[in-house]
Amino acid sequence: MTAHGPFSPRDWDAHPPYVYPDYKSTGLRGPTQPLIPLEQTLSELTGPVYGRESVGELDHDLTRNARVNGEPLGERIVVAGRVLDEDGKAVPNTLIEVWQANAAGRYIHKSDRHDAPLDPNFRGSGRCVTDAEGRYKLCSVKPGAYPWGNHPNAWRPNHIHFSLFGPSFVTRLVTQMYFPGDPLLELDPIYLGAGEGARELLVSKFDLEVTEADFALGYRFDIVLRGRNATPAQE
Amino acid sequence: MKLKQSPSQTVGPYFAYCLTPEQYGYDFRAIAGSQLADEHAEGERIRIVGRVLDGAGNAVDDAMVEIWQADAKGRYAHPADPRGSNLAFRGFGRTGTGTDPESRFVFDTIKPGSVEAQAPHITLCVMARGMLSHAFTRLYFSDESEANAADAVLATVPEARRGTLIAAREDTQAGTVYRFDVHLQGAAETVFFDA
Ligand SMILES: [Fe+2]
Repeated sequence: MTAHGPFSPRDWDAHPPYVYPDYKSTGLRGPTQPLIPLEQTLSELTGPVYGRESVGELDHDLTRNARVNGEPLGERIVVAGRVLDEDGKAVPNTLIEVWQANAAGRYIHKSDRHDAPLDPNFRGSGRCVTDAEGRYKLCSVKPGAYPWGNHPNAWRPNHIHFSLFGPSFVTRLVTQMYFPGDPLLELDPIYLGAGEGARELLVSKFDLEVTEADFALGYRFDIVLRGRNATPAQE
Repeated sequence: MKLKQSPSQTVGPYFAYCLTPEQYGYDFRAIAGSQLADEHAEGERIRIVGRVLDGAGNAVDDAMVEIWQADAKGRYAHPADPRGSNLAFRGFGRTGTGTDPESRFVFDTIKPGSVEAQAPHITLCVMARGMLSHAFTRLYFSDESEANAADAVLATVPEARRGTLIAAREDTQAGTVYRFDVHLQGAAETVFFDA
């Protein structure tokens, strides 16, 4: 096979099941029939290509990309890490899209009705592209926790949503990054829906090396996408 | 040693101001939308219209649908396509179901050519609040019955469920429309692939 694949299967011990009763809305929305195995064709070995040209100058900095009359409120953070495949190889030049609530736990999204203030200087969405070593770096404010209707007194832990393409359409991943030591994690059915031994990967690590003195706390968050099955083509 | 894959998490209800900002009226440039073909793209202009339906038969109004397809000659705009990339037609579309009064998704694109002797098809990726992982399916075309009958992927699908993958062609005054509803559950549950 070529250097472009095929890709190893989705690891269903890591990914959450479609129907996970503790997360109520999966009940009517998760497919119930077994997935049909699909031998990868060119349609699966290819996927949308979005490189550096798709990212604007301030897109990676959520503290600056929507300012109106000042800085957004909240605890400034830097999030940095690498995108790797299962073999530990860097995934270079791949687009990362992120979105989050503001420091008060409120989304700018029109259907968010949580009674917490919007921040006129914070939109909460951005994007960046990994470099040749798969590295990326974002700047933001720490998102607040927010309530949701899943069960009485339900609160989502602080999180940032991540969307990635990787080298093909089948390596697509939409996930969430959490923060270390959050007591809400053990109560959150979305986090707990992912397999034990895998969901821990979604908890970022506080990192003094990523932390910028007198400016922002640093968190390290690596993301692992599906790797390739075959031995790669000769280098 | 293999690393563990980062698990999927739901896209949630509030993705639009990042993933589909222009469609929903947020001040952020979108990387992709529902218009895949500009005036330079070659091929037959088609519109794809459908809904994402839950197990109660209700249209989901906070889903996001992405499509990935070849151009009219069956080429992908990606380096893995040995025929070379075709940057005039990127072949990727993305839309949310939250701006249409009937919660439909609508894509304006061109009909793809066949890829590697497969019947013409488009890959769909469906995600929504209430889906912890995305789901992949394929859209085939009702007016390609001969090619569909010979398609190796369709042949792996139980015959009774194959129809869930066939978009119905309608020739309207405004042009060619293919209808394709995605049933997340129920008697007509769409076939989803472990690709
Ligand atoms: Fe969220």
